[in-house]
Amino acid sequence: MIEVAADVPLWAAIPTALLVLLGAGLALTGSFGLLRLSSFYDRIHAPTLGSTLGIGCVLIASMFFFSVVETRPVLHELLITVLMVVTTPVALMLLARAALYRDRTEGNPDVPPLPGLDPEEPVPAPEGGEAPESHPAAAPAEEPASAVRTVRES
Amino acid sequence: MMARWLPYPLVAAALAGVWLLLNETVSPGAILLGAVAAVAASRVLVRLDMPRIRPRRLLAIVRLTGIVLVEIVRSNNAVARIILGRRKGRTSGFVRIPLDMRNPYGLCALACIITATPGTVWVEYDSTDSWVLIHVLDLVDEEVWVRIIKQRYEARLMEIFE
Amino acid sequence: MSAAILGWTILVAQIMLGLAMACAAYRVLRGPRAQDRVLGLDTLYVNAMMLLLTFGIRSGSTVYFDAALVIGLLGFVATSALSKFLMRGEVIE
Repeated sequence: MIEVAADVPLWAAIPTALLVLLGAGLALTGSFGLLRLSSFYDRIHAPTLGSTLGIGCVLIASMFFFSVVETRPVLHELLITVLMVVTTPVALMLLARAALYRDRTEGNPDVPPLPGLDPEEPVPAPEGGEAPESHPAAAPAEEPASAVRTVRES
Repeated sequence: MMARWLPYPLVAAALAGVWLLLNETVSPGAILLGAVAAVAASRVLVRLDMPRIRPRRLLAIVRLTGIVLVEIVRSNNAVARIILGRRKGRTSGFVRIPLDMRNPYGLCALACIITATPGTVWVEYDSTDSWVLIHVLDLVDEEVWVRIIKQRYEARLMEIFE
Repeated sequence: MSAAILGWTILVAQIMLGLAMACAAYRVLRGPRAQDRVLGLDTLYVNAMMLLLTFGIRSGSTVYFDAALVIGLLGFVATSALSKFLMRGEVIE
């Protein structure tokens, strides 16, 4: 059975279809980014595609569709919207902080050190200058070292 | 009297709204039950002793929300291009940004805005020296990011919360 | 007519979401590190929520909405608990 159960007029079907496709496309792009990007800190940006605009499009499509079908405003999708707006950034922030903590305890050279702990590396760096490469003698990680720089307000 | 029975009116109103949305009704019974539940639940927050907040400058809040929404759509497009394209030479990296804002609600809002925008993630905050470490997926110039965060978001949030 | 258009596009969208879930599941299974697995799990549950919402549109019933809400709540709790564990669980030093 390919057809949907509820029958809606064409002017309602087309926006719903487009929004659902756009949302699914963004989610697929974001998840594909999980495979494509090379380091963890790059990959953490990828799922935000699906969890911001992607799920937003699907929720708007769902609200619109059910409002047309039931001929009354169906707004309870707003709950999921609020839930996603509140929880997605919190979860990602916790995860990023945990990853940074783990990388620091392992001495991974790709992450910036905590300032004040390492006397050899003065942080913040001089005005507009580049901080020295952290631990140049350490063995290179599997990913190319990302540019770690410190910037001061000018 | 008001402050004793309804210490957090905004939280209570939001909880009552959630109750009505979940029940999908605006019948008097649901409104009454929702109001009782909302007032009872919001009084629990008194135990947490959270700092008070007064909603001010509603226009600024609306404008900031619009800016954030536009920015989320734009960054979605940019990050999707980075993932699907095969551009070489893209660098990602950490940027440390000094902050002037101290208000916990303002910092919370800033953290959520930065993390919810694809392409930037709030990683670490130091409250004694007041700086924040963010990770940027497409890092061209750090100064630009410092300026964006400070002018576009921090200045507006300080206007709202401080 | 419109039901057929909507039906086919939703089918395509569901296939795309299924592929997205497969990508996330690959990240959960292969790692390479624990934080990658947690990130994959986070993506997986967001995609599952969207899949449930499209099922809801397709079947015209709002039952799927509640399932999506529960997945969202549990997914957030799972991700934050796992992140906390990654921070504090390894007390080796």
